[in-house]
Amino acid sequence: MFTYSFMQYAFIASFFISIICAIMGVFVVARKTAFYTHTLSEISFSGASFAIFAGISPITGMLLFTITSSIFVSLTGRNMNQRESSVSVFSAIFIGLGVLFLSLSNKQSSYATNILFGSIVGISRANVTELLILIATILCITGIMFRKLKYISFDTIGAQYNAKNTAWISSLFLILVACTVSVTAQIVGSLLIFSLLTIPASSAKYLAHSVHSMMLLSFVFALFGTWMGLYLSYITNWPVSFFITFIEGIIYGLALAYAKIPNSSNNR
Amino acid sequence: MLSKILEVAELNIQVAGKPLIDRLSFTIYTNTLLCITGDNGVGKTTLINHLLKAAKSKQEHQSHINFNTSFEAIQVIPQFRNIDDDYPLSIQNFVTLNLIKQWRPWLTSLEKEKLSKILSLVNLTAIKNRPLGEASGGEKQRAYLAQALIAHPKLLILDESTSNLDRESRINLLHLVKTIINQENIAVIFITHDPELVKLFGDVELHISNRHGVMTKLR
Ligand SMILES: Nc1ncnc2c1ncn2[C@@H]1O[C@H](COP(=O)(O)OP(=O)(O)OP(=O)(O)O)[C@@H](O)[C@H]1O
Ligand SMILES: [Mg+2]
Repeated sequence: MFTYSFMQYAFIASFFISIICAIMGVFVVARKTAFYTHTLSEISFSGASFAIFAGISPITGMLLFTITSSIFVSLTGRNMNQRESSVSVFSAIFIGLGVLFLSLSNKQSSYATNILFGSIVGISRANVTELLILIATILCITGIMFRKLKYISFDTIGAQYNAKNTAWISSLFLILVACTVSVTAQIVGSLLIFSLLTIPASSAKYLAHSVHSMMLLSFVFALFGTWMGLYLSYITNWPVSFFITFIEGIIYGLALAYAKIPNSSNNR
Repeated sequence: MLSKILEVAELNIQVAGKPLIDRLSFTIYTNTLLCITGDNGVGKTTLINHLLKAAKSKQEHQSHINFNTSFEAIQVIPQFRNIDDDYPLSIQNFVTLNLIKQWRPWLTSLEKEKLSKILSLVNLTAIKNRPLGEASGGEKQRAYLAQALIAHPKLLILDESTSNLDRESRINLLHLVKTIINQENIAVIFITHDPELVKLFGDVELHISNRHGVMTKLR
């Protein structure tokens, strides 16, 4: 399997994508912004189809669209309830735009499936380099604001009282999530991006009790899912994203069962 | 030696266009427990939010509110906090969330030392690895207190921290607060509806009713 260079690239890329998804995912889940992440995946679809229409690289189009909409969303409302509705309005508009751009460009169907369902086995060495630079940048910024982000995410009300610049950090975080979504889109496709960002972290939440161990565990879950998915897809020829979401779903179910079963026998 | 931490002079507070508090004046000194009392809705929490906003924006020209400390040296334990039953972080990890002066993603050995000192002060060392979501009401309040203390406040504000506790836990918590006041020479504002606690522990009482505040020295 590893004699093919595209398979090597796929495994390398998914290793780094697992790192970024684990770290950002823990914050996404703690901040209960999974819904927003879902919407970003629709927006990234629109960005990618715009890129095809305009003749630029898909990731550029995705970054352009997801970052712009993140900025809009953080401008429209500080309050999360308000955000939910502004987010769904954006989402609807962007799906419409995505469909429009796809039909305007004449390459339609094969490209559309690539965007929607991922094209990990189609990535090149240049794609991998591009991916690594992006991931490194996102990680550096997250590292610098790590402690404040942790405070805001895991104790929102306490941080509002006791920390400065919480609104800025929240907005910056939304932008970083937007970047992460665009990066991950290459592997699972824009329809299922949020699965890698939210399911491993949600599973880890049931098993770990510190931010670092949640991240480590999410990474293990994400990596297992993507590598296993690649392998199974290689031998069966079924789509990678199917296997990834399926594996992550099973891990989530097991984590949930592990957390709930001993509890219910103790308490009731 | 007592020194001034905060001076409020002739402060008016309006909420949604309606006056809530008129010409409020009071001063807080170190080594003092100031109790703020008053019926539901008189504006106790609003007053705290107002003071905090002034500290955050550092409006020097706003002569009604004069802090002698920086915003970083004020710690608030809010009245409501969204910690649900499946909140994942352990007590010790919750406490360290407030260590935001440093930026590095891991704790320094100095910070770890501080953490273990504070955990033993609030008597949470034995359960420091338990998820906060599974802690009892009293344990939660002590964890909140520990989280505030780890930032080394000069002014600590407790907004009804005792309202869900039984009598014994309330008195224990206030004993703890009293100890800290004397050890660290800090000032504490304690909002409460419990007259017994005010009588047992308060140094000064600020009672708010009919938009006016009345200060009483208790000891
Ligand atoms: N953002 C707001 N907009 C409009 N009215 C508000 C706002 N915040 C507070 N109020 C009103 O101001 C009044 C004071 O509220 P506050 O929360 O300060 O009371 P409190 O003294 O802390 O009461 P409690 O003892 O119940 O905690 C209430 O009547 C409340 O309805
Ligand atoms: Mg109140």
